[in-house]
Amino acid sequence: MKGFFFFVILCLMLSISNCYAQTSTSLDLLNNAKQYDGKTVNYKGEVIGDVMIRGDFAWLHVNDGTIAIGIWVPKAMAQDICYAGNYRNKGDIVEVSGMFHRSCLEHGGDLDIHASEIKKIISGSLAFQPISRKKTYLGAYSLILVLLFYALKKFLQGR
Amino acid sequence: MPECFILWFFVKFYEENSFLLYCYAGNILGSGVCNGNYRHWLTICISISVYTMILRPQVNDIKNIGYYLGRIILGIGLVMFLPFITGLVLFREPNPALDFLISANIAILIGLALSWLCKTDKELNTGQAMVVIALSWLAAMALSAIPLLLSGHYKSFLDACFETMSGFTTTGLTLVQDLDHLSQSHNLWRHLGPFLGGQGIAIIAISFLVKGASGTFNLYLGEGRDEKLVPNVINTARFIWVISIVYLILGTIVLGLVGISIGLKPQSAFFHGACIFMAGFDTAGFSPQSPNILYYHSLIYEIVIIFFMVIGSFNFNLHYQIWRGNFKEIWKNIETRTLLFVIMIVTLITMAGLRQLGVYSDGIMFFRKGFFQVISGQTTTGYMTIYAQQFFKEWGDLALSGIILSMALGGCACSTAGGIKMLRVGIIYKAFRQDIKAMMLSPSAVVVQKFHHIKTMFIEDAQVRAVLVVTLGYLFLYTLGTLVGVWLGYPFLEALFESTSAAANVGLSCGITDTSMPAILKVTYIIEMWAGRLELMSVFALFGFFVAFVKGK
Repeated sequence: MKGFFFFVILCLMLSISNCYAQTSTSLDLLNNAKQYDGKTVNYKGEVIGDVMIRGDFAWLHVNDGTIAIGIWVPKAMAQDICYAGNYRNKGDIVEVSGMFHRSCLEHGGDLDIHASEIKKIISGSLAFQPISRKKTYLGAYSLILVLLFYALKKFLQGR
Repeated sequence: MPECFILWFFVKFYEENSFLLYCYAGNILGSGVCNGNYRHWLTICISISVYTMILRPQVNDIKNIGYYLGRIILGIGLVMFLPFITGLVLFREPNPALDFLISANIAILIGLALSWLCKTDKELNTGQAMVVIALSWLAAMALSAIPLLLSGHYKSFLDACFETMSGFTTTGLTLVQDLDHLSQSHNLWRHLGPFLGGQGIAIIAISFLVKGASGTFNLYLGEGRDEKLVPNVINTARFIWVISIVYLILGTIVLGLVGISIGLKPQSAFFHGACIFMAGFDTAGFSPQSPNILYYHSLIYEIVIIFFMVIGSFNFNLHYQIWRGNFKEIWKNIETRTLLFVIMIVTLITMAGLRQLGVYSDGIMFFRKGFFQVISGQTTTGYMTIYAQQFFKEWGDLALSGIILSMALGGCACSTAGGIKMLRVGIIYKAFRQDIKAMMLSPSAVVVQKFHHIKTMFIEDAQVRAVLVVTLGYLFLYTLGTLVGVWLGYPFLEALFESTSAAANVGLSCGITDTSMPAILKVTYIIEMWAGRLELMSVFALFGFFVAFVKGK
């Protein structure tokens, strides 16, 4: 009986540890693609680019700071994404759990992750970029210099 | 005797072998392998090579070079107003727009100063034109790197220079950091680079800024082009622009519509369409997003890109024939035939390698991953539907050898593609066949070999030698980068892959090209891209010019 309880507790512990599996990095996934192929992985990063809706599913790209990997998600999950990173936005930081494919049969051999769960960890925001005063002055002064130089050239050529 | 700038180099090293000197100089001076001009250049070479003394360039030579260089720099500065205006009005990105205003002003100031100080009415001769071209590519690299550096997405000025040289030479290797957050204005500039450089920086100058028939023709030759589509070189340059702009409009519309159908928002779809077209048709391989073409996850998008890559690698002369309704030329031309044959061979090698290792399991995968990369390598575009790491982790040596071979051989002459070029490969093959035939027939038999490129021509020995010398030049470039890579500790095949990609202006990467790679390797690749794009000739001319300046009498 003791042995049975020990076995049940061990199974529970293993399944819990599996639920909170270590997050993989993009480089780790790419460098060990064969080992990860067909396995469930956790992957964390910023959503970048466009969320491309394809029927009941969507493509989004998650960049962990090194490489962006394509994530195939049900459309409903993609709708939770508010910000995708670009020049104007900091994208949502998400943690994706799903099956990793070295060469996806469904998507013509693409390396991708078919997400079963997406957790938004940090919500994205607008990346406010004030106009640089230094650049404005530099632009204006250099433009004046060009115009003066051109005028001088024309003046001297006229003489 | 300014022609000596270029010739002294060969005179010095090939004094003992005058025939090779004549051939190489003939080729270098823009002989052309097919238009018969090489006879003219050979005559010049023979007459000039009598002078074994190196002559120091005179003030007038320097003024002439400075004036035309100034005009080209002025043109580069004016072009920067395009991303400035679009950044301000269309994309509403004031900071990036200011980067372009500052950079444009710097370029215009330098251009105005040079063309004013060196004001001349004289036309450029061949040697001067070569030097102008070589210097203008370096100037374009440095000046175009300023807005990229100001964007804050490049670790150093060297990285920004690497990016612009890669763009102008239609290579596509990139050192940008955090590309996914780069502004649209800077992205537009990255993609305009290949569009301008692909057609040729001199083509811009010839079209709009420079006058004089012989001077413009010499500039045209300096960029590794030797075929005039129409008798007048200015009209040839303008026609190249017409072709490119018509294709740009069509390509942007097609890719934009396909982009919308695969889920991109309309504005994004057309922006991506324009960028992908410019870098695809001009065989550069830049993309606005870091996963490159893998970003789109679409078979249709990939097919459209394959089409644009292939037509981008065609000779502009062939485009002109198609434009005139002469569709038969596609099937008769030695270049298209050779291209088709080489693609078949390289595809077989690559597929055999992939199959051997069981990398992909069905035909669609072979097409989207294997064939796409083959076409990308062969057309010297460098678009990728796999990650760089996958090349070496998964593809294996045989498949990689196929890709390296495709990159090394390259696209068609007088196109935006790099590499040895199909016309040269075709001529070498025909010459080889001629020699075999001659060996098999009686010694008194006269064996002639013909080839068709716009018109039917006979192969001549001088032509074959000129072709072989340029081919050897490319092989030397591939080897140079490989040796530097191996010396820095990279595995041989990876170093060969990356070096070939740089020198043949391809842009496929196995992961060596990275911001962390040693500065010496970055400089080596910059030199390879530059020399590869100019087919070595203008680079030698510049080298000769500097030595003549120092050692001349």
